[in-house]
Amino acid sequence: MSFELFVQNVFNSMTVGSLYALIAIGYTMVYGILRFINFAHGDVFMVGAYLIFFAEMLVPWPVAALIAIAGASLLGILVDQTAYRPLREAPRISALISAIGVSFLLENLAVVVFTGLPRPAVQPAWMVRPIAVGGLRVLPLTFLVPLVTAALVMGLLYVVYRTRPGLAMRAISRDIETTRMMGVSINRIIALTFGLGSALAAAAGIMWAMRYPQIHPYMGVFPGFKAFIAAVVGGIGSIRGAVLGGLLLGTVEVMAIAFNPTLSGYRDAFAFVLLIVILIFMPTGLLGEKNKDKI
Amino acid sequence: MLELIDLHVRYGGIHAVQGISLRVRPGEIVTLIGANGAGKSSTVRAVAGLVRGGLGGRILHTPPGGETVSLAGLPPEKIVARGLALCPEGRRILPHLTVAENLELGAYSRSDRKAVAGDKELVYALFPLLKERHWQPGGTLSGGEQQMLAVGRALMSRPDLLMLDEPSLGLAPILVREIFQIIRRINQEEGRTILLIEQNAHAALSIAHQAYILEVGNIVLSGPGRELLHDPKVKEAYLGG
Ligand SMILES: Nc1ncnc2c1ncn2[C@@H]1O[C@H](COP(=O)(O)OP(=O)(O)OP(=O)(O)O)[C@@H](O)[C@H]1O
Ligand SMILES: [Mg+2]
Repeated sequence: MSFELFVQNVFNSMTVGSLYALIAIGYTMVYGILRFINFAHGDVFMVGAYLIFFAEMLVPWPVAALIAIAGASLLGILVDQTAYRPLREAPRISALISAIGVSFLLENLAVVVFTGLPRPAVQPAWMVRPIAVGGLRVLPLTFLVPLVTAALVMGLLYVVYRTRPGLAMRAISRDIETTRMMGVSINRIIALTFGLGSALAAAAGIMWAMRYPQIHPYMGVFPGFKAFIAAVVGGIGSIRGAVLGGLLLGTVEVMAIAFNPTLSGYRDAFAFVLLIVILIFMPTGLLGEKNKDKI
Repeated sequence: MLELIDLHVRYGGIHAVQGISLRVRPGEIVTLIGANGAGKSSTVRAVAGLVRGGLGGRILHTPPGGETVSLAGLPPEKIVARGLALCPEGRRILPHLTVAENLELGAYSRSDRKAVAGDKELVYALFPLLKERHWQPGGTLSGGEQQMLAVGRALMSRPDLLMLDEPSLGLAPILVREIFQIIRRINQEEGRTILLIEQNAHAALSIAHQAYILEVGNIVLSGPGRELLHDPKVKEAYLGG
C-alpha cells in the first residue's frame, strides 16, 4: 500500500470510528446510570437522519441539523419517560425487554411514516467535493467528521466533569440513594443523560447519512449494534472508553479491508472478532472498571 | 423542629420500628441510643425519605419560623431541600469523586452558588485535613477522614437539622473525641439542631440535651442526657456497668 493510500485510510478509520464513538457514548452513559442497554439507541440515530432529511426541505442545512439534534434528544427523553421510567424499580431484565420493544416500535413506525424505501440523503456539495491535500485527494467530510466529533466529545466532557448536573451524573452512576440524599432529583439527571446521548446519536446519524448517502428505517440496526460493541470493548460505563472503542473499531474495520481487500465481505464480522479478543484479555474492556456487575 | 408520632417502619415481615414518638426542639442535641438492630437507622432513614414502603405514623417538620409540614411521602431530595440532612451510617462517600466534589454534591439542593463556596471554606476550617486533600478521590481517604468528609458534606446543605448516624463508628479513641467536640461546635457555634445516633452511649449522653433509648423498635426510656448517664438501668445495659 502506498503511503498516500495509507494516510487516506487513517482518515477513513477516524471518520468511521468517530461515528461509532458518538453512538457508543449514548449506550455507555445510560448504562453507567441505569445499568441496562438502551437497545432503542440505534433507532434514535436513524430518526436523527430522517429528521434532517425532512427539515432540510424547509430550512437551510445548519438549522435543519440543529432541529434534527433537538428532535432526537426529545425522542430519547420521551422513550425513557414512557418506556423505562415506569420500570425503574423492576428487575433490570424488564427494562431491557422494554428497550427491545421500543426499538421494534421505532423501526416499524418509521416504515409506516417514512415508507421502507431508501431515500437519498442530503449532502452539502462542498463537503463531498474532493480537495487536494499534499498528494492526496480527500473529501472535506473526512476531516470534518472527526473534528466535529472531537468538539462534541469535548463539550460533553465539559458538561460531565465541570458542571453541577455532570457532578450529579457521576455521583448517580455510583450510588443513587446517596446522591438523592444530597438533593439531586434523579429523574432530571436521567432525562439529561438520555437527551445528551440522543443528541450525539443524531449528530452521528446526520454525518453517517452524508458519508453513506442513503437513509432507511433499519439504518440504525448495524451501526447501533457495532457501537454497542465499541462501548463494551472500551469498557461500558466509561465515556472515554466509548470513544476509544469506537475509534478502535473504525480502525480495525477500515484497515483490515485496506490491507486485505478479500475480507471486504466480512466487514460486519470484525466488530465481533474485536469484541471476543478484547474480552478474553480484558473482561471489563479497555477502560472499564473492575468488579462492577454487568448484565 | 422535628416530631415523630407513632412511627412504624416495616420491611416485609420485619417490624423494625414499632411505633416510636420523639421530639427534637430547635437548638438541641438529641441522641438516639440502642443496640444493634434496634431500629435507629431505620428511624432516621424514614425521616430522610429513604424508606419507601412500610412507613406508618407521622413525621412532622417545623422549620425555623415556618409552618409544620408532614414529611412522609416526600422524596429524599425534597427533604434535604427543606433543611434536614442525613450523614448516613457507613459514610457513603462517593469514592471516585474528589473531596471537593463530594462537598459540592452536598450543596446540590442549594442555589446560592457564592455562599456555597464560603461554606466549603467553613467546612475546611472545621476539618483542616480535608482542605489539604481536597483534590484526592474520596475513596483514598482513611476511614476517619471519610467520616469527617461525610459530616462536612451533610453540613454543605446548611441544614437546620443535622442527622448523624453513628459518626464515631470505627474511629480511634482520639478521633472519637474530636468528632464529638466538632458535633458540639456545630450545635453551639453554628446553631444547628442535631439528631445523633450512637453506639458510644457515654459520649453521646454527655453532650445530648435529650436522649431516647431504643430497644427492638420501641423507646424504653427517655430524658435529659446527663440524667440517663446516671440511670442504673442505662449504666448496666449501655455503659458497661
Ligand atoms: N432494607 C432492609 N430490609 C430488611 N430488613 C431491614 C432493612 N434495613 C433494616 N432491616 C432490619 O431492621 C432492623 C433494624 O435495623 P436498623 O438498621 O434500623 O438498626 P440499627 O439500630 O441502626 O442497628 P445498628 O446499630 O446495627 O446500625 C434490623 O433487624 C434489620 O435487620
Ligand atoms: Mg444503624
